[in-house]
Amino acid sequence: MSAGLIFACTGVLLFTMGVAGVVLIDHLVRRILAFNLMGSGVFLVLVGLAQRTDHLDPVPQAMVLTGIVVALAATALALALARRLFALTGKCTLPEVDDD
Amino acid sequence: MTDPLAWLVLLPLLWACGAFLLGPGRGAWLAGTGVALQLFCALLVGGSLLEGGIRTHAIGGWGAPLGIDLAADGLAAIMLLLTQLVALPLMLYARTYFAAGDATAHYFWPLAGMLLGGLNALFLSTDLFNLYVTLEIVGLASVGLVVTGGDARQIAAGLRYLLATLVGSSMYLLGVALLYGVYGTVSIATLGPLIDSAAPRAVWLAAGLMLFGLMLKTALFPFHYWLPPAHGSAPAPVSALLSALVVKASFYLILRLWLGPFLPMSAAAAWLAALLGSVAILWGSWHAIHTERLKELVAYSTVAQLGYLFLVFPLLGPDEIALQAGTMQVVAHGLAKAAMFAATGVFIHLNGRDAVADVAGVAGRLPVTLFAFALAGMTLMGLPPSGGFLAKWLLIHAALRQGHWWLVVVIIAGSLLAAVYVFRVLRQAFLVVPDERRRHGAVPRMLEWTAFFLAAASVAVGLRGMEILRLLAIGRQVPA
Repeated sequence: MSAGLIFACTGVLLFTMGVAGVVLIDHLVRRILAFNLMGSGVFLVLVGLAQRTDHLDPVPQAMVLTGIVVALAATALALALARRLFALTGKCTLPEVDDD
Repeated sequence: MTDPLAWLVLLPLLWACGAFLLGPGRGAWLAGTGVALQLFCALLVGGSLLEGGIRTHAIGGWGAPLGIDLAADGLAAIMLLLTQLVALPLMLYARTYFAAGDATAHYFWPLAGMLLGGLNALFLSTDLFNLYVTLEIVGLASVGLVVTGGDARQIAAGLRYLLATLVGSSMYLLGVALLYGVYGTVSIATLGPLIDSAAPRAVWLAAGLMLFGLMLKTALFPFHYWLPPAHGSAPAPVSALLSALVVKASFYLILRLWLGPFLPMSAAAAWLAALLGSVAILWGSWHAIHTERLKELVAYSTVAQLGYLFLVFPLLGPDEIALQAGTMQVVAHGLAKAAMFAATGVFIHLNGRDAVADVAGVAGRLPVTLFAFALAGMTLMGLPPSGGFLAKWLLIHAALRQGHWWLVVVIIAGSLLAAVYVFRVLRQAFLVVPDERRRHGAVPRMLEWTAFFLAAASVAVGLRGMEILRLLAIGRQVPA
């Protein structure tokens, strides 16, 4: 098992843990953290698979950079919304779907 | 610098920045002018496609492996035209809707520009990673638009929507990463011939992840849970933009992938998609018939109408009819749902409350808006000569030709259920006399007539269906 493949498998594992976190956890900040875990998993897969060839491939690195920017923006938006929800309702969890 | 393809992406981003700097008043004018120019560009693209076939544009003069290519074929051109055609009346509508120092307007215009820029870029993108970036732009701008009002219900709906859309696009990105790992490219055109049914397991996993993520973003049953709260709580012009265009963007991408790189491996998933689509039609209609909130009724109707889009997948193979049906459904539903949300916004403006019961007696006071609602409902039910009729007719035609009777049953049942929830509103409007004279301010004409224009357009596309289908054929290899 090459180093690249280990990176990729770890990435998939992290991604799965992240998905489970976003779906199963109630607390919003922990869900947002779980989303970041998913993102890191994807980035590991991108970089890890690119390392399998002998010469390094710069394209996935560029993709990861772009992905980090997107993840940062999404995290900032999610945290801002979570703060606002906390300020309005005093809770850090989403209300039940059938609240009406 | 004169290529309309580049301007379709650049213009909305420019006026979004301008509207942010200038504030809501002048920003609204800027937005209206910008969208009018975009519509002109989209018409130019459509016209040149009819004459000369597929158009491409290399951004900044850098070709595909290094730079980013934009390309428009018939399907992309139809989506571009639909987007600008829906957006222009909605911009006029929103300018009146947000009048009088509404704080919501401050963020509406810049975010609407970002959304339209992202959508146009999505329709024109040719590589999977660029599509991911545009998906995220569209997703984040949509969430921003949902929460512009800033009350707790909207924030909760926005967060739910944000988490769903982020999980969806992360799954898509993991799929892209796996594909890149196997083939070393993200260009859709290059991937097409490389993938066959004997592809390695990682490719199957990638296809599954990407389609699953996109279905989550398209709110296909059972992943629709985020849509009714988000579309039902946002301001009316935002709900209209989201229901008419944003969910169609991820469907467009599913269709692109299905007809392109994943064609050899899609047979297994086609019936699953159709099954979920059928359940979505029944489930969404059922909730639309039972909900007490007017906007939620329209939002659940979106869940149901999106189901029709997924019925096309098992029928796609032998001829072009199913693809034509799907495209007509996207166009007709886009216009009709924008009209319906716009009309709903007028009802709520009049009554100050979002309840089906409050539509009572509205027929006498807002005949134009009610007519718009009824026309849009006609398209959703699929009555001739509307665009919805053409879409459902083509779909039934394709299903019968391939001998799938149960699809026909689902389509007709869905139309009947749509009739129930549309007539539920119309009955209130006509028959029931309001028990008290509620407060009712004057409704600006602009709100009524833009809703009417959208509804009339959704019927008129049924009459001009041949032109749309001719445009759709451009860039498709027609099977012999």
